[in-house]
Amino acid sequence: MSALLTRPRSGRAAGTARPLPRLRPARAGRQHHGGRLAYAILIVAAVISAFPFYWTIVAATRSNAELAASPPALLPGGNLAHNFRQVLEQADIGKALLNSLIVSGSVTVGTVLCSTLAGFAFAKLRFRGRNALLTLTVGTMMIPPQLGVIPLFMLIAELHWVNQLQSVILPGLVSAFGVFFMRQYLAQSLPDELIEAGRVDGASTARIFWSIVVPIARPGMAVLGMLTFMASWNDFFWPIIALTSQEPTVQVALRQLGGGYVHDQSVIMAGTLLGTVPVLVVFGVLGRQIVGGIMQGAVKG
Amino acid sequence: MTLTATAPVPPARPPAAQAPAAPPRRLLARLSPYAYIAPFFALFAAFGLFPLLYTAYVSLYRVELQTPGEMEWRGLDNYTALLRDDFFWTALRNTFTIGVVSTVPQLLMALGLAHLLNYRLRGRTFFRVTMLLPYATSVAAATLVFAQLFGRDFGLVNWALGLAGIGPVDWQSGTVASQIAVSTIVTWRWTGYNALIYLAGMQSIPGELYEAAELDGASRWRQFLHVTLPGLRPTVLFTIVVSTIGATQLFGEPLLFEGSISGGISHQYQTLGLYMYEQGWGYFHLGRAAAIAWVTFVLIVLLVLLNTALARRRSRKGTRR
Repeated sequence: MSALLTRPRSGRAAGTARPLPRLRPARAGRQHHGGRLAYAILIVAAVISAFPFYWTIVAATRSNAELAASPPALLPGGNLAHNFRQVLEQADIGKALLNSLIVSGSVTVGTVLCSTLAGFAFAKLRFRGRNALLTLTVGTMMIPPQLGVIPLFMLIAELHWVNQLQSVILPGLVSAFGVFFMRQYLAQSLPDELIEAGRVDGASTARIFWSIVVPIARPGMAVLGMLTFMASWNDFFWPIIALTSQEPTVQVALRQLGGGYVHDQSVIMAGTLLGTVPVLVVFGVLGRQIVGGIMQGAVKG
Repeated sequence: MTLTATAPVPPARPPAAQAPAAPPRRLLARLSPYAYIAPFFALFAAFGLFPLLYTAYVSLYRVELQTPGEMEWRGLDNYTALLRDDFFWTALRNTFTIGVVSTVPQLLMALGLAHLLNYRLRGRTFFRVTMLLPYATSVAAATLVFAQLFGRDFGLVNWALGLAGIGPVDWQSGTVASQIAVSTIVTWRWTGYNALIYLAGMQSIPGELYEAAELDGASRWRQFLHVTLPGLRPTVLFTIVVSTIGATQLFGEPLLFEGSISGGISHQYQTLGLYMYEQGWGYFHLGRAAAIAWVTFVLIVLLVLLNTALARRRSRKGTRR
């Protein structure tokens, strides 16, 4: 995966394209070393970023009474198993985790596929209305989908999809950002000559797509996939409208837990821990790539 | 293979057999691009564009949550009712104040952190990944944790303030206090993300500019002011626009802060997003909720225009100088 960041770009990258961010800048010569103060501030910022996670663990392993003590407990305790059992009684976290996995997995695969197809067409194929359609796509990129939830809800109610996973999956597949991202990626890294050569060899467009475009697009697809998975896993507004506690995603279950009548903080934190661990694992493994993807997307977008 | 000779890219699987020259397929070739964009646009039309446009239509009708199929023409009634509702104005005001309190410090801190991250550092990857951790957390998880940290009686924040000799703050019922608490959650989640965006922008500023500035004897601070900031202008504008739009959509944080759909007992931290949810899914008035969505949309357009106009004016001033 790390090849993604170091792979040599084709020499023919369009002259107008802005340079990709170098994660290890070559012009290190001008870079100043960070002083003590810089380190001190960065460490404080890192601690603030990480502390709520630590606190989740502390609170999830304590009892409610211990949390109410003064001075508060600052180290993990031994109540985790008990709290987990309470969570499972109050919200179906197991089902929620499975549902979230199904939803985020489908959304990721579908989004990456649709975006790569459309991104390829926008970057390399000529057809009538190309610019107009691209403008439409990019123009709506900034409009928050939250503004369309009412008709969307009426639509899925009409289809009798309320409380079914496809009500969350299908709208989740619409990613104007994904199309734009893949378009930019392919415009930069897929040389026209390669497509021409394929044409000369008599390959159909479909064949060119699968054997030339996809292998080259793969690093971009991986970045888009990671960002999509995280966004989908964490999506909140639409799932709590379309789903209920009988068919929850993790976020729906967390809402149920947090809005419960029993405000047992240690149980709520145990549920939060369960719902957050999967993303944290992904982040732990792919953190560097995600950082690279976000910075790459920033310069391109 | 002629394919791989043309460019230094990972070799594609070669088209195994030279496909037999197909019959004239001009028409097919002309239509095939549309096949590539069709999956996206089909979904986009049904679940993206249609809902956005139809919102305006629904906002002119009376539609109730239990019977979403029945629509009764109401003209502009939903809008006039909105303007007469005090809670709408409260929500609008709260969205504005929470937006400012969460966005301004957030972007300033992100700028500072990006500047530090741009130094040559030991453990640079560690710092970057750690600062992006909050972004990987869901709104729901982050809010539940912070709601606990901000607890009035047993929260860690009040305990820490107590150590500093400051009496307990009621982070839930005070208007200012609750809005600061909600803004803190937003700031925590997005500062690191924006810092990385700024860092990417900083790294695309050509090093020669700094070298030239150094030759002219510019201090680090002056280099930051006269090289980094102007180079970051498009990035800064981008983050301001995105954060502004995000601020108008704030929903999960105020909803889960106390689990109340009215944003506190006296709506003290109810945002427009939450107000829309309350009207639609608390009181079952989908038409009214659609009117709120449409008002929010107009608000976003105005804010974005205002942002870009301000940026353009400032940059014109800059060139004149």
